[in-house]
Amino acid sequence: MDLSLTRGRTVALLVAAVAIIVLPLVLPGLEGAFTGTDDVASQAIEAARPGYTRWTMPFWEPPSKEVESTLFALQAAFGAGILGYVLGRRHGSRRRDDDRR
Amino acid sequence: MHIMEGFLPMGHAIGWTIAATPFVVGGTIALRRTLRERPEARLTLAAASAFTFILSALKLPSVTGSCSHPTGTGLGAMTFGPAVMAPVGLIVLLFQGLLLAHGGLTTLGANVFSMAVAGPWVGWAAWRVATGVGLSTAVSVFLGAALADLSTYVVTSLQLALAFPDPTSGIAGSFLKFAGIFAVTQVPLAIAEGLLTVVVAAALVGRGGDAGHGFARLSGGR
Repeated sequence: MDLSLTRGRTVALLVAAVAIIVLPLVLPGLEGAFTGTDDVASQAIEAARPGYTRWTMPFWEPPSKEVESTLFALQAAFGAGILGYVLGRRHGSRRRDDDRR
Repeated sequence: MHIMEGFLPMGHAIGWTIAATPFVVGGTIALRRTLRERPEARLTLAAASAFTFILSALKLPSVTGSCSHPTGTGLGAMTFGPAVMAPVGLIVLLFQGLLLAHGGLTTLGANVFSMAVAGPWVGWAAWRVATGVGLSTAVSVFLGAALADLSTYVVTSLQLALAFPDPTSGIAGSFLKFAGIFAVTQVPLAIAEGLLTVVVAAALVGRGGDAGHGFARLSGGR
């Protein structure tokens, strides 16, 4: 297992990833409400099966979009905190190894 | 995105729960064994789980004009084997199902099966094959991550097609319709996840950290 990237390659990969995500927003002629695919699928089911009734509902829903976005942000922040901690520790221990050499 | 609460008929909901359960149980056992045999892998496992937490919280726009989120399960599957991602994915899906009304409890089994079982196994297999035929580590990791992401939503489409076959074109026609919603949207997101995963995997492994054991053990190297 050898996976080391030069700084230039790392930046190029990250820029490409961001470009892929941003592209649909700036692409001319691409119309869309950018709703979630789960909503689109639910509508497709209701359109194809007019008789289908949702037999359970979520027993708790965030009261507003604002509260929902906070919870999603918390989920991402929690993950980013842990990932950053591990990467930082690893970076630090590698530098200590280098110093000892 | 996950199948929403109440949108799978009861029989399908129960069936997918039964199908996913052995993977969650087996994955939990594998997870405990990994931590017992290699306590130093604890941090890497936390990082791989955190990656799934981050990516599945990000709803991103796609070329279809709708939004979906990546899964982040490929990284952990390639590092620790696909089994351990079942309990990790279950935790993410429970959090989103209970607190965010995203996914749900009756659809939890189906969503665990697509995101935490099918995705990790497909991604891991793709990574093994890519390494086996001599592709570079970076390309193999890219393929593993991107295909773990994409296959999750192919399975989601299949699950909905089985539950709601088209009156005229049957399961195949219905699958194409749902794949048009889920899988096509996912293609650019899966590519972006693949690129990001290469960067994160390189940062984790570097010049031989303990993450190297996971990759090495599975690829037969150091």
